[in-house]
This record gives sequence, C-alpha cells and structure tokens, in this order.
Amino acid sequence: MPIRVRLPAILRDLPGARATVELAGPFASVSDALDALWLEVPTVRDRVLTETGDVREHVQLFVGYESIRFTGGLATAVPENTEITIVPAVSGG
Amino acid sequence: MPTVRDLQVRKGQVLVMAGTSKGVFLFAAGPKRDRWQRGGPHFAGSPAYALAHDESRGHRLFAGVENPFYGTTIRWSDDLGRTWSDETSSTLKFPEDTGVSLKRIWQIVPAANGSNGTIYAGVEPSALFVSRDRGATWELVRGLFDHPHREKWTPGNGGQCLHTVLPHPANASQIMVAMSTGGVYRSEDGGRTWRPRNAGVRVDFMPDKYPEFGQCVHKVVRHPSRPETLFMQNHGGLYRSDDNGDTWQDIAKGVPSDFGFCMAIHPHDPDVVYIVPLESGLFRAVPEGKMRVYRTRNGGKSWEALSKGLPQQDANEVVLRDALCVDQLDPAGVYFGTRSGKVYASADGGASWSLVADGLPPVLCVRAAVIGDPAKIRVPHARGARAKAAPAKKAAAPRRTKATSKAGTKHKPARKSGRGR
Repeated sequence: MPIRVRLPAILRDLPGARATVELAGPFASVSDALDALWLEVPTVRDRVLTETGDVREHVQLFVGYESIRFTGGLATAVPENTEITIVPAVSGG
Repeated sequence: MPTVRDLQVRKGQVLVMAGTSKGVFLFAAGPKRDRWQRGGPHFAGSPAYALAHDESRGHRLFAGVENPFYGTTIRWSDDLGRTWSDETSSTLKFPEDTGVSLKRIWQIVPAANGSNGTIYAGVEPSALFVSRDRGATWELVRGLFDHPHREKWTPGNGGQCLHTVLPHPANASQIMVAMSTGGVYRSEDGGRTWRPRNAGVRVDFMPDKYPEFGQCVHKVVRHPSRPETLFMQNHGGLYRSDDNGDTWQDIAKGVPSDFGFCMAIHPHDPDVVYIVPLESGLFRAVPEGKMRVYRTRNGGKSWEALSKGLPQQDANEVVLRDALCVDQLDPAGVYFGTRSGKVYASADGGASWSLVADGLPPVLCVRAAVIGDPAKIRVPHARGARAKAAPAKKAAAPRRTKATSKAGTKHKPARKSGRGR
C-alpha cells in the first residue's frame, strides 16, 4: 500500500519537490520510507538530514499526528496507507 | 569590563530596565518621560532575559542573569539597581531528583498586589518556580513539572521555555502559564493540577492544526480589571479569550502579519493592547522595513499602526517577546527594545515615540516601573496628547466568576482616562 509524504512549503521550491510525494510501500520504518523519498526527490535529503544521517534539529517528522521524537525516531514503524509529514520545527524568540 | 554607570532613581520618576545579551541597562526620567539618564551595564557580559519590579514591601528589582561560565541565577536589588545581590544568594535551581538543570529564566512575575511577597519564575526547560519570601528561596511547582504532557513539549529555536506567568489578580489559587512549545495551561488549585487551555489556537507546524496542547504561544496578557479576558500573540495568530482561556477567537484582522513575539496591555484600559507584528517565515523582522507598533482600542476588533517618531524605511527590527511593556502613569508610557540595541519610549500611549537609547547590545526584555504612587504623580501636559486623545471609555465591570466569587474578592476597576490611548 502506498504512503504519502508531505513536504513543507519551504522545501517545495527545490528541484523535483512538490507538496505531496506518494511512495509505494510497504516500509518497515521511517528511515526506509525516507530512503525511498530521496530516490524520488534527492534534493530534499540534505535539507532534512545532517551529514551523519540525523534529523536536523529544527526539522520535525510526524507519522500521522505523532512526532517521531516520541515514537522511536527514524526507526518508527510506518503503518500502511499513512502519511509522513515533514515540518520545520517552531522557533521562538 | 566596562565602567558601570551609577543611576540614582528618585521618587516620582519612571525607571525603564532593559535586559540585553550583555547585561542590564537602566534608564530614568521624570513623569514627562522625555529626558532619560542611563545607568549600567549591570552583570556586564551576561544575558538577562527576565526583569521584574516588585513593590509589595518597598521596591525590589529582579533580574534573571546568565553567566556564560557559571550558570543562571536570580538577582535582586533593593536600591533601584545601584547594588545587586550576588550569585551565592540565588537559590533558584532544579531539585536533584528532576534530572534537569536550569538553563534560563524567562519570566519573573510578582503575584497580584497584596500577595505578601509571592514571586513566580518561568524557566527553561519549561517549569514554574514560586518564592513565598520575595525571592530568597524557591520551590519547583511539581504539579506542572510532573504533568504527563511534559515529555511532548518540544523546544523551538528560543528553547523549551515557560515564558509567561499570569497569576490571577483576585484569586491566588489560579495561575496561568504559557510556553513555547506546549501552549497555555491553567491551574485552579494553586499549582497542584494543570489543564491545557488552547481550544481554538491554531498550530501551523503540526499535522493536527488544533491539538489539545503543543501550541507555540509567544505571549499572553490580561488586565487586572477584567481577568477573564485574555489576549494572545501566537506563533501565527492573534487571539482573544473571554472565558479565562477556555476558548480562543482569532482577532488578527487589520494587521500586516499575525506573527510576532511581544504583547502588552494598557495599564488603565482593558481594551487597549499593543503588539509588534513581524514577518513570519525566516526573515522575522517588521514588515516593509517600517518600525510600527500596532494597537487595538476595542479589544481586537481593529488595529491601528503607531509609527510617529519611529523609522519607516529600512528598519529591519525585531522586538522579542518580553521587550514591550507599559508603565502605570496616565497617559501611559509604552516602551520597547529591539535586537539592534535600541529602546524607544512613548509618553502618550503610543501616539508618538522617541529614542531612549541606541547602540545597546541586542535587547531581550524591557520593563518599566513608576517609583511612587502613579495616581499621585502629575504628568506634565504632553503637547498634542490631549488633542489626539480618544474619548474617555469606561472599563467594563469585571465579570464575577465562580472562582472570584468564592474568593470574595473585589476587583479594582480600571482607571477612567481619555488620555493617551
């Protein structure tokens, strides 16, 4: 079953990027789903992950409504027919 | 180290405190608020995100001071800023069993008048402390720290901060806090239990746009004469609540941006609120390069730009969440500081502005205090202020709530004034 990845507005201007990217699943984890996303939209990868493969500090990833910060990080399971949302984390002052 | 300039503040003057990234600067002027003398910097080199003035037993100034090497401490002065307590007197720290350490003090707030020395401090990581002895000792408010939501409050760029504390002016058991991120929480039992109060407040940065909690609230204000009414500057969105935070309604009509950090309420009129809109997104500066404070005089139905005396070209200014405040005089003084190191003052409720200081380190917070009884201080007639004044408006009588009825406390009505709105 496919899953959808929603990209934030700030990344949609990158070559190949768009608001929603549909990926053919299944995926065992968020990490696996992102690997498929990078194949589809390679320009997004370095904006979301650091050189060491960690999610950038001010980027948040949600599976459904749950932030992966609280569900196992990149190892979080990805249910079928779900949506992964990438959002810039808030920054206050 | 820079020479610390001494400032003698006299009765009848207004004291403006500016916390910067490199210390605290003080400014004093007479009630006309047109000629300012400068003092400081105190704690030179140390950021100060929180300042407060308590007059429950004589004047005491508070400062949250972050020494980059030796940590964050709360300091006070009983002589209007000439001398301050030393680091060793600060007892504001997390208990060992919490497993966290104090990073920053974001807010210092005396409880309502007559609270007999109760002071609250909002800190990072998000937590609330209370002192019952005017700052000498502090206790972590465990009810909030142990809240099951806590593990899901997440830090923004400014950190995981509890930046707003609103003790109820008539009911000592009721406290409201706001944090970024986390949202608004309210306790009705003196801090033992807390419930989120964010219904109607939008979250643009999460898949669920209206969650129970997790909002990035930037500032909430209330007027003591109408405590059930609250105004909120959210991370995207301006809101008003008329039921003490139970529900919120969008009031962002007529502003160039609904993003901003700071918010202040007029000292004598509960319908007058000030904000400084900023461009959202990454730029985070005043729109169009115009330094404008926006004011509503009707509780958020409409907003007007206040720009007289402020730069209207190439002003890429940012005003942070606690860098806007008012004094208690009539006409009210309004003050703000910018990240570019400027402090502006208005002695006529925002109608016109003048520069108090330039060239300061980035301004993090601004607080104003009237030394003496504001009602007894005669403000010299400011030219043009009366002619442009709004008609006198009587503040609505405070609604009696269950909580206030139980407390049996009478609200002091807002002062009637037509000047300088």
